[in-house]
Amino acid sequence: MRRPAAALAAALVLTACGSDDGGSTSAGELRVSAAASLTGAFERYAQDLAPADLKLQFGGSGDLAAQIRQGARPDVFASADTALPEDLHEEGLLEAPVEFATNELVIATPAGSAADSIEDLEEPGLDVVIGAPGVPVGSYTLAALGRLEPAARQAILDNVRSEESDVKGIVGKLTQGAADAGFVYRSDVAAAPELRQITLPAALRPEVVYGAGVVEGAPNAAGALEFVDGLLAGDGADALAEAGFGPPPGR
Amino acid sequence: MRGSPAFALAAWLALALLLSFLALPIVAIFVDVPPADLVAALGEPAALDALRLSLIATAIALAIILLVGTPAAYLLATRSFRGRSLATTLVELPLVLPPAVAGIGLLAALGPEGLVGGALGDAGIELVFQTAGVIVALVFVASPFYVRQAQAAFASVDPDVLAASRTLGAGELRTLLAVAIPAARPGLVSGAALAWGRALGEFGATLVFAGSLQGVTQTAPLAIVARFGADFTGALALSGVLVALSAAILLGVRYASGPQALGHARA
Repeated sequence: MRRPAAALAAALVLTACGSDDGGSTSAGELRVSAAASLTGAFERYAQDLAPADLKLQFGGSGDLAAQIRQGARPDVFASADTALPEDLHEEGLLEAPVEFATNELVIATPAGSAADSIEDLEEPGLDVVIGAPGVPVGSYTLAALGRLEPAARQAILDNVRSEESDVKGIVGKLTQGAADAGFVYRSDVAAAPELRQITLPAALRPEVVYGAGVVEGAPNAAGALEFVDGLLAGDGADALAEAGFGPPPGR
Repeated sequence: MRGSPAFALAAWLALALLLSFLALPIVAIFVDVPPADLVAALGEPAALDALRLSLIATAIALAIILLVGTPAAYLLATRSFRGRSLATTLVELPLVLPPAVAGIGLLAALGPEGLVGGALGDAGIELVFQTAGVIVALVFVASPFYVRQAQAAFASVDPDVLAASRTLGAGELRTLLAVAIPAARPGLVSGAALAWGRALGEFGATLVFAGSLQGVTQTAPLAIVARFGADFTGALALSGVLVALSAAILLGVRYASGPQALGHARA
C-alpha cells in the first residue's frame, strides 16, 4: 500500500509543479500552437527540423488564443487569421506577428453529394456543416455568406446541421458521408483525396491570411524566431506550398 | 490501518493532496466568475438552450438505461450462463473507451454510410445531427456506470430471499420488482446518479457522432467548448452552472437514499 500511495502523492506534486508557467520546458524544446488547418504543413516542416525537440499542438485558433490568454506559454502561435495574433499582440501577449501564408475558403463535398455549386446549398434538406463563429473558418464562412442575397444566405444557414469547433471536425463529418457539403480551406481538400472541391465565386471569397508570432516570454524565443522565419522563406515556406497554401500577401 | 504511524501520515497526506487537487479547478471556476456574471450568462438564449437540451437528453437517456439496464443487470447478477463474463466485459467496455472513439464507432455503425446506417435510413431513422443521436451517444457512454453498479447490487442480494419469493409463487418479474429492486435500491440509485452525471458531462462522443448545433445537438458541455475560444467568461459561467447541477444530483441522491448509497460503490 505504501508504494502506490507514495507514487500517487509524487504524481500529484509533479502535476502541481508542471502548471502553465512553462518552467518545466527544457532548453532545446520548441512548443508551437497552431491552427488545425496547418496540421499537414507543419508536420512536414517538423520533419525538416528533425533534430530540434518540436512539440506541435493543433486546435481551433480561438481556443489556442484563449489558452495563451489564460497563461499558457507556447513559443509560437500560428493562427488561421490575422485578427487573433493582432489582438494578442495588442494585449502584450505576442510579439509583432507576421503574415506567412494565404489559403482559400472553398466548399468541400464527399463522393455522391448532390451539391455542385453554392446555389445547390440552398436546396432544402441538404446537410451543411460549418465552423463555429469563434474559430476562423467559421468567421470566414459567415463573411462569405454575408455577401449573398439575404434569402440565399438564410436558405443555406437553415441547412446548417453542425457548427464544429475546428476545421478537422468539418472534414471528418464530410469524409464519413454524414453531411453533403462543408465550408473548409483549399488545403483541407488537398489533404483529403475523397473530398471534391467547389470553388467559391470571386465576389464571395474572403481573404484568408495566416498570421504567426513569437509568444511574449516564450521559454525558447530564439528557436521560435527561427521557426517563424522559416515559414517565410525556407523549409516552412516549402512545406506550406506543398500542402496547398499560397504565399503571404505581397509576395 | 493499524501499525506504522509513518504509513498513516503518508496516507493522510495523500488524501489531502488528492482532495485539494480535485477541488482546485472547481474552486477556480467560482472564484473567476462573480455570481452576477453567472446569473447573466444564464440569461443568454444559447446557454438556456444548451442547459434545456442537456436536461431533456440526459433524462431520456437515463430512462432508457434504467429500462433496459435493470433487467439486463439482474440477469447478469443472478444467472450463470455460458459467456456471462464476456457479456460483463462488453458491458463495461465503454468505461475505458475514449469518448471520441465511441463517437467514431457510432458514426461507423449508425452513420449514413455506417454498418447498419443504411437500414436505419431506409426506416426513416436519422441520428447524426439530431437530438436522437445525442441520446444514443449518451446511452452508449453512460450505461456502464449504471449496469455495473446494478449488477453488483443485485449480486449482493441474498439468493435465498429471491428463492423464497419464487417458492411462494411470485413469478420472476414480480420477484424482480417486489423483492430484488427494493433490496438493491441503494446500489441502483447510486448507479443511476453516476450514469446521469456522466451523461451530463458527455462531450466527445456527442460532438463526433451528433455534431454541435444550438437547440438541436449542442448540450451544455458542447456550448462550453464552443464558447471557450470566443468568450472565456461565458464558458466559465456555464461551467459553474454545470458543476452546481452535477453536485446537486450527487448530493440529492446521497440524502434521498440514505448515507450508505454512494458508499455502496464498493459492493
